[in-house]
Amino acid sequence: MEIKLRNPNIVMKLSRLGSFHQSKLSFLRSFLKEFKDWDYKRDLFELNELGYGIAVYSFKKDKRVYSLICFANKLDENDRSDRVIATKWDAAFTLHDGIPTKKDIERLKNEVPKQEVGRLSYKELTLSRANKSVRIFNHVVESLSNGKQPDIKLLSKVGYLYRTTAVYGSGKFGLADRFRIKNREEIYGPFRLEMMLVYLVRQFTFDQVNHVAKNKNPRKAVNLDLKISRNLGIGNSTGLGMAPFIVNHPTLLNNWIYAREFALKNIREIKNINKEDSDLFKKCLKKSLNNITSWNTESKYQQKKIKSLLSDLNFFISFLENDFDFNKDFAFNEIYLWLERNSGEECTEYVVSMMMEPYDKIIDPLINKMNSEEENYFNIPTDRTVSELREILEEKYDDILKIDFKKKENNQNFWFISKNKEEPRLADRFIENGSELEQPLAIARDIKKLYNALSESKNSSTIDKFLAKNSDLRHVVRRAFIIEKFPYSEIQDNTIGKSIMPIDMLRLKLSFFGALKFDPRSDKWLRICMFQGAPLPEQLKNYDDHWIYNSLN
Amino acid sequence: MKSLSEIETVSKRSSRATGFSWGIAEEIGKNTKMLEMFGLSGIKNLNYYFRVRGVKNFEKLNLISKKNRSTKLAFCPIIAGLSFLDQVRSLENFSEINFEKIAYPLLFLPFISRASEVIGKKLQLKIDNKIFLLNYNNSIYSNSLNEGIVEIGNTVLIKFQENKDSFEEKEWKELYKLSENTFVEENESLKQVGAGAGLTDND
Repeated sequence: MEIKLRNPNIVMKLSRLGSFHQSKLSFLRSFLKEFKDWDYKRDLFELNELGYGIAVYSFKKDKRVYSLICFANKLDENDRSDRVIATKWDAAFTLHDGIPTKKDIERLKNEVPKQEVGRLSYKELTLSRANKSVRIFNHVVESLSNGKQPDIKLLSKVGYLYRTTAVYGSGKFGLADRFRIKNREEIYGPFRLEMMLVYLVRQFTFDQVNHVAKNKNPRKAVNLDLKISRNLGIGNSTGLGMAPFIVNHPTLLNNWIYAREFALKNIREIKNINKEDSDLFKKCLKKSLNNITSWNTESKYQQKKIKSLLSDLNFFISFLENDFDFNKDFAFNEIYLWLERNSGEECTEYVVSMMMEPYDKIIDPLINKMNSEEENYFNIPTDRTVSELREILEEKYDDILKIDFKKKENNQNFWFISKNKEEPRLADRFIENGSELEQPLAIARDIKKLYNALSESKNSSTIDKFLAKNSDLRHVVRRAFIIEKFPYSEIQDNTIGKSIMPIDMLRLKLSFFGALKFDPRSDKWLRICMFQGAPLPEQLKNYDDHWIYNSLN
Repeated sequence: MKSLSEIETVSKRSSRATGFSWGIAEEIGKNTKMLEMFGLSGIKNLNYYFRVRGVKNFEKLNLISKKNRSTKLAFCPIIAGLSFLDQVRSLENFSEINFEKIAYPLLFLPFISRASEVIGKKLQLKIDNKIFLLNYNNSIYSNSLNEGIVEIGNTVLIKFQENKDSFEEKEWKELYKLSENTFVEENESLKQVGAGAGLTDND
C-alpha cells in the first residue's frame, strides 16, 4: 500500500507546526548518537572558590578535536537578565576548532564574555552565554556543601542549573563560516556544533556546582548524585530571533519537515509490525507521559494545550490497550487515521514522533539529509513563463491566495530588526513607527501581490521580462520556484495577521532541536529545557537511545 | 576578520537601505560575498558605489542587446548585471556583447560569473584592459586582481566561450596512448575469466 506524503497545506499551518514535539530526528538526539564514540575530556578547570574562572572541555576522535572554552564571571544581581538586551552573564562559552593555545584562551577571554560586541575568529565555531537559575543553583550548593543531595522536587520544577539566552554559529560575530567545515561527516546533521556547545555547557554547570560546594565546606561537601545530574538539562530562553530563521531558510525548512513526513509515510506503509517494535512504541509512549505531567508552565495558552494533549493521549492509550490489535495489516496507518479522527493536532504530532522510535532503519538515513545547500536554489529560472509561475502559485499557495490583505486584521503586524540589538521584532503597523523598514517576512501578502501582478501580465511572457517591470517582487518569485521543488519550504499561513502566535514558529524550530517543556512567557518568547535525562559525557559510550523517556522529572 | 556570512548580511541590508528591493538586495548580498571569497574588492566597491549612487542617477539597463550604449551617465552595474543574468539564455546567440560605460564594474562581474553557471559556458569579461575568465561560477582567472576600487569600465565586453577542447586532437591521442600503458593485454584465458567492459568504458 502506498501512503501519500501529508499535504503541505495541512502540515505547514502554524498551529500544526506549533504542535510539533521532539523525535528521533531531533538534533540533540542525533548529535549524541554521532558523538557517542568520541573521547570526552575535561582539559582545564581553573575556577576560584566561588566558581569564577576558566574551564575547557573537549571531544576528540582521530585528529579532530572540538573544545568548549568556558568563562565564568561574577555577576551583580542587577545585571542578570535573560533578555537579549543584557550585556553581562554568569558564564560565556565558545566552541573552538581544535585544541586552544594559551594565546587563543587569552584572546578569547577578552572577547567571549562580551558576546555580540566581541569579535571571534574563524577558529571558533559557536558562541553562547548563560545565566544561573539562582534559586536552584544556590539550593544545590547549600545542600551539597552540607553533605546532602538537593530536593529533587524543587529541581524538577525548573529542570536545570543554568539557562542559555542565545547560541550563535555560522559566521556571526566573526565565527567560522559554514563553508569551512561543512564537509566534515560528523557535522552533516544541522546545528550539530550548537548542540555540542549546549551539551558540554551542561557538564560545566555540574562541575561548577560541585566545585563551589566543595570549596564552601571542604570537609562535609558531597558531589551531586549522578542520577540527579542526569535528570537536569540546560534551560534556554528564546525570543523572536529564532522566528525569521525558518522563513529565511526555505530549503532547509523543507528538508527538516520532509524528513519527518517521509518517515511517517514509511512507517504507515509497514504491513506487518513486529511485536518488538510495537512494544517499544508503547513503552516509549507510556514513559513519555512523565515528561508531560512534569511540564510546568504559568502560560494559560500552554496549560490548555498540555491539558488537551494529556487528555487526548490518555484516550489514545486506552484505545490502544483495549480496542486495538497490532497484528492487523498497516497498524501504524490505522493508528494515524484514528488520531486524525479523534485527537487534536498536538496529540497527533506527539504520537507521530513516538512512531519513529522503533525505526532506526528509516530514521538514520534521513538525519544526514536534513541540511541544505541553499545556494544551489538561489538563481531564478528566468526562462520560465508567467503562466507557469501562476500555476505554481495556484497549486502551492492555495489557502494563502484566499487571504484578503485589504482587511486590517490580515495586515496588522510587521517584522523589523531592532537597531539596539540587531534582532528581529514584531509590531503593530497601525500603532508603532517603522513599518516602512519592514523585513521581507510577510510572504503570504507578497505572494498575493505577485499573483495579482502575474494576472495582469501576458501568459507567454518570460520571467526575465516580468522581473524587469516588477523588481519589488523578486524575493517571492525566487520562493515560488523553490516551493515548486520543495513542497514543505513555506509556512502556509499569514505571518503578519492579527492572530499570529509567533511562538508557534519558535516551537517548530525548538522541536527539531529536541527541546522539552515549552514554557511560553508571552506570545513572543519562551523557555525550554534541553538534554534533560541525557547521558553524561562519561556515560555516552553505552547509552540508551531512548534516554529522553527515562527522565525522573 | 569579517566572516562571509557577515559580509552577505551587511551587503544585503545596506542595499535595501539604499533603495533596492529585497529581492535585488539578496542578489547583491550573495554577489559581494562571492567577490570577497574570490579575493576581489566587493565591500570597497559596493561602499563607494553607494556613496556615489545617491548623487548620480546611473542609467538602468533593463533590456540587454548586442551593443549597449549609455546615453548620459554610466550604467548601474547592479541593474545591468541583473538584466544580463536574467536574460542570459536569450543572449547566448550573440558571441559577444558590448557595453559602453558601466559604473563600478566589479559589481557587475558576479552576475556574469553566475550567468556562466546558468548557461554552462565559460564567459570572458573584459573591462578595459582587465580580463576575467569566469568558469561556471566555480573560479575566476584574471590578469587583474585586488585592484581596489574601479570606478568605471569605459569599454566592457562579454565573450561567450563555446564548449570546446582547449587542445589539438593530436595532443589528446598522444596522452591517450600513454594512458593505455595502464591496461593489460588480454590473452584467450583472460578473455574467458575477466568479466568487464572494454577500453572505452569509463566506469
